Amino acid sequence: MISDILERHRQIVGVFAALMIFWVLLNGTVAPDVLALGAVVALLISVAFKDTLSFFSDFRFTPAAVWATVLYFAYFFKELVVANLKLSAVVLHPALPIKPGLVKVRTNLKTPMGRLLLANSITLTPGTLSVEMDGQWLYVHWVVMETDDVDEATAKIVRGFERFLEVMYG
Amino acid sequence: MTLDLAGAILLVAGGAFLFLGGLGLYRMPDTFNRIQVGTKATTLGTVLSLAGAGCLQPEWSFKLVLIGIFLLFTNPLSSQVLARSAHRIGVAQAPETRVDHLAEDQKRGRDES
Repeated sequence: MISDILERHRQIVGVFAALMIFWVLLNGTVAPDVLALGAVVALLISVAFKDTLSFFSDFRFTPAAVWATVLYFAYFFKELVVANLKLSAVVLHPALPIKPGLVKVRTNLKTPMGRLLLANSITLTPGTLSVEMDGQWLYVHWVVMETDDVDEATAKIVRGFERFLEVMYG
Repeated sequence: MTLDLAGAILLVAGGAFLFLGGLGLYRMPDTFNRIQVGTKATTLGTVLSLAGAGCLQPEWSFKLVLIGIFLLFTNPLSSQVLARSAHRIGVAQAPETRVDHLAEDQKRGRDES
């Protein structure tokens, strides 16, 4: 019975849970009055916006997706540090060895949230910055360009993140 | 004590990356490359500083984590929008720039229509 309701309103439950966790973190306390207020507001928001909060509704709530999320964050932070060390080396190099270019890459991700996370991840990692998106095409500014071939650039820039995001959002 | 030391190291590392970001802003030749160093260095620098602050004041940790999450989501977004607007109004690119697929595709689109 209860699991039935949970299944039918999965999106509302997901948004509600996320908002509650957020609220408790923000307050740093689990006092009853704080929890009650948070529950009321979180319920209102999750019911009112159940179709538009695609961050949660596109997410596939499967064990594989949750595990992919963990791996994604681990990979993301590793790439973030590598990106910074590489760029620091370029900035500190007396000759400033840059080879900028705006290259086109392709993504297989379909959902808006998956694409947003991909574009964000690209922006934060090794010398690449998402500039424009047009359907499956992403235009990426690359400080030290390694190739201007669409497929090679896709393999170098996109694949690393896409393999996790595919599982999470499709 | 160990936590204090870790916090101090993280704060210094964060400051170092922020400094390198500033240096990059000064040295890079055009808007797009400046946005690049600006985004990456400030993101990692700020995240490290937040982690350092979390080590020194553990009771702030929850809120610092939240600030970090907001930062990781909004920082690349704003950079991307800046870069897109810059490209749309035709901001000059450094002479070293090798290719510009976006301009090529836009030109092709205009020719076809």
